[in-house]
Amino acid sequence: MNQAPPQGSIRSVLATDCGSTTTKAILIEKTADGWRQTWRGEAPTTVEAPFEDVTRGVLNAAMEVQELSGRELVRDGNIRIPDEDGQGVDMYISTSSAGGGLQLVVGGVVRSMTAESAMRAALGAGAIVMDAFATNDKRKPFEQIERIRQLRPDMILLAGGIDGGTKKHVMALAEMVAAARPRTRLGGGFNLPIIFAGNQEVAEPIEELLGTVSDLQVVENVRPVMERENLGPARDKIHDLFMEHVMAQAPGYDKLMSWVGVPIMPTPGAVGLIMQTIAERKNINVVGVDIGGATTDVFSVFDGTFNRTVSANLGMSYSVSNVLAEAGLPSILRWVPFPIDEKGLRNRIGNKMIRPTTIPETLEELKIEQAIAREALRLAFIQHKEFAVELRGVQQERTIADAFRQSGSGDTLVKMAKLDLIVGSGGVLSHAPRRTQSMRMMIDAFEPEWVTEIAVDSIFMMPHLGVLSTVDQEAATEVFERDCIIYLGSCVAPTGEYKPGRPALKVELAMPDGPQTHTMNEGQLLKIELEHEPGVQATITPLQGDLDVGAGPGKALTTTLRGGVVGLVFDTRGRPIQIPEDGRDRVSLLESWVQAMDEYPTREGA
Amino acid sequence: MAAIFTPGLTVTEHHLIHKTRQLPLEGEVQVKVGDMVQADDVVARTELPGKVFPVNVANQLGVDPARLKSHMLVKIGDSVEKDQKIAETPGFWGFFASEATAIVSGTVESISVVTGMVIIQAAPIPVEIDAYINGRVVDVIPGEGCVVQNQATMVQGIFGLGGETRGEIAMAASTPDEVIGPQHITAEHRGKVVIGGAYVTIEGLRKAVEVGAAALVTGGFDYDEIKELLGYEVGVAITGGEDLGTTLVVTEGFGQIGMAPATFELLQKKVGQRASVNGATQIRAGVIRPELVVTFDDEEVPNELIADPEPQGIKVGDLIRGIRAPWFGRIGTVKDLPVQPIVVDSETTVRVLEVDFGDGETAPLPRSNVERIER
Repeated sequence: MNQAPPQGSIRSVLATDCGSTTTKAILIEKTADGWRQTWRGEAPTTVEAPFEDVTRGVLNAAMEVQELSGRELVRDGNIRIPDEDGQGVDMYISTSSAGGGLQLVVGGVVRSMTAESAMRAALGAGAIVMDAFATNDKRKPFEQIERIRQLRPDMILLAGGIDGGTKKHVMALAEMVAAARPRTRLGGGFNLPIIFAGNQEVAEPIEELLGTVSDLQVVENVRPVMERENLGPARDKIHDLFMEHVMAQAPGYDKLMSWVGVPIMPTPGAVGLIMQTIAERKNINVVGVDIGGATTDVFSVFDGTFNRTVSANLGMSYSVSNVLAEAGLPSILRWVPFPIDEKGLRNRIGNKMIRPTTIPETLEELKIEQAIAREALRLAFIQHKEFAVELRGVQQERTIADAFRQSGSGDTLVKMAKLDLIVGSGGVLSHAPRRTQSMRMMIDAFEPEWVTEIAVDSIFMMPHLGVLSTVDQEAATEVFERDCIIYLGSCVAPTGEYKPGRPALKVELAMPDGPQTHTMNEGQLLKIELEHEPGVQATITPLQGDLDVGAGPGKALTTTLRGGVVGLVFDTRGRPIQIPEDGRDRVSLLESWVQAMDEYPTREGA
Repeated sequence: MAAIFTPGLTVTEHHLIHKTRQLPLEGEVQVKVGDMVQADDVVARTELPGKVFPVNVANQLGVDPARLKSHMLVKIGDSVEKDQKIAETPGFWGFFASEATAIVSGTVESISVVTGMVIIQAAPIPVEIDAYINGRVVDVIPGEGCVVQNQATMVQGIFGLGGETRGEIAMAASTPDEVIGPQHITAEHRGKVVIGGAYVTIEGLRKAVEVGAAALVTGGFDYDEIKELLGYEVGVAITGGEDLGTTLVVTEGFGQIGMAPATFELLQKKVGQRASVNGATQIRAGVIRPELVVTFDDEEVPNELIADPEPQGIKVGDLIRGIRAPWFGRIGTVKDLPVQPIVVDSETTVRVLEVDFGDGETAPLPRSNVERIER
């Protein structure tokens, strides 16, 4: 690895993200105007045959930036470092999800307790969890062993037992892993890394059992006591092993590792870092989503607690047919604002799966693709809410009232009414022809309640900024605010009973060009153009006693609302959003929403 | 000369083909560099470890796991037969004795004094891989397999189901636009690689399975029929392991789409010859497309006729096919590669290529929505 220059001395950075299909490079420069992202380029990733060398794709993407910027970035097949009179860069950094990213198998004694903690540690480190084993899952031991053999992960994270707790069950789990003799995904003559982060009292027998058949690493327990998780040490170890073992085995990564100034991070790990930074700096609750071709990552930070999930088979190209399989055709069709032949739609989706790099040329195709995106996002978010929960297994004092409530421990941490900001990333959101389309896709999928700001990553640079933040927080923050995040606006949506057609809201806005008053019925969308700063003073009054916009049922809310490139969106369509089942009614209602948002060009037959 | 790089499908009469034949784990390679092999010849073999069966022997005997070893009648590495006694307790004067037996024949893998678990591994499962195509071994991967090379006609499909198979090529369609139903498939197609046209109905495919056709090659197929056929939806295009009985290769895509005339004519030329077919498809990292290969075993193909296997960019004059609406399935010739992007109907800004469809119609198509027909 190249020596990272001291913080403050860096003037230019080349950052790449080596994705499974495309390597994206951006140039970040300290200009007279402060830190800016100035140029970008991309090229196909070259991990696979015939090239089998990731650095080819990196150099191609860097060359594109070089041609555009006039700054020499590539010399003699290397990244030119340092920056000499505007040629070369002071530092090169990278993230990677090429070759399927980092794939882990996790294990714990109880599925909903230590196995879940292990899963959180793995996901937080940016991994895809291929399977989670527990002594209480429904599979028989020989079935579990067979499965571990088939999976061929990059590493295994084994938790189980609180410190001083069960030993026997943890050992049973380890014996199962030993019997499977798991092998690494990328082959090679090295042992599979196994991280033990369970009951520290069995660390020694675990070492005896697994030390000879694997590269065993023992770290602090992810769940030292029932009431608390300690995910940091396991996450850090995953990152170390990602560099030492996984990356070192992937084609060309030895060279790539020698170029970078700081360790290569798994792409979702870097995005997670940025999400946490936003939440921390602004002291807000954030939900972030990165919808890709194969997978959709969802991140959340609520009251300081970070969670990440990856929906491995929900995406817009490679996995698009899986969205159809999981959501079902009626769920996708309910968002399509025109009548369509169902068999034809299935074939179109199938064709996108087998030719994943195509783009929607016609307006009709774009609308279908955005309908699918809503469902992919919605399903990924449901999975996230189910995973981002309070710790299960914690003893709680209960009152009589609680006894009638089945939840308590294990409640989701994602409370929509407490959510301040949604940040979207990924092609279908970042590259939608109109920003209103991105905003509506996110509103429809996430169904924010009360007042929520919505933003997108302009050109997918959050991973790059995530790594940059580990060396220069100031540069990362400046570029994030000025070039990365695009505020679309705020969504205001009441909660409460939905009865279509009855009066829902009175909206009074002290707009810069004079006051405005709007009255809305239930089942409507209203868009008002407004810039992000300085915001506008607003009074929103529910017109029904059971509707709530954040001040209590039936009570008026006076607050400052911020717009963005889209503006303010008032949404009285109910939560969950109510759409008629009848085809004609549905199409006409969807059409009215499209018009209210000025979402698509108006064209006959489109 | 300007060129763009969009992945295409190979449809080539003369192609220098290399097939890597690799074991799933280390084993023994049966061939050496220079050997001539036939498609059915075994080139490498190995043994997959047998299934493992954990049994809690300490529980069965009712003893403390820490004392389990003193009750064991076998040790790690010993071979055992199913129902063989592997552990016992003496009891008191012959009473209350207990025993544990092997639930499967195999080898004792481990005995745990912490959990009381004994793990027995069943006998290994032999695995062999064949050469898949006739040809010459040009490389050996020690302990893993080899690379077989030959000159061949190669037709890549876009999507397939089912694994490797071989058979003689027979036509079921007389034109590339013909729809194949059960009436087109006869008992004579048993063991054959059957060539269809624009589309095959599910009844047609079922008839092919029924008569025992080795494979069916078609222009289009309905996406929702896959669920009907397999009982589950293929959500992610990773296939090859399906046990259909007849391997399916779709050359154009889902729906009713005429097979590209060049593909159809090439396959027609090969009727009666033996083809190796594989339906395996993987459209993620490391793309694998389904294929049909007919090797040239007796005739020497002049070097200038052999296509360069390196992927070529799209150039002016190349034949392309549209792979997305509204041009899906249309074939035309590239007229121009304009540099400036344009805004298309969906308001997306894209780089395009000008295509002449040969019927007087020309249009700009997004570069990512075409596929070069590689010849």
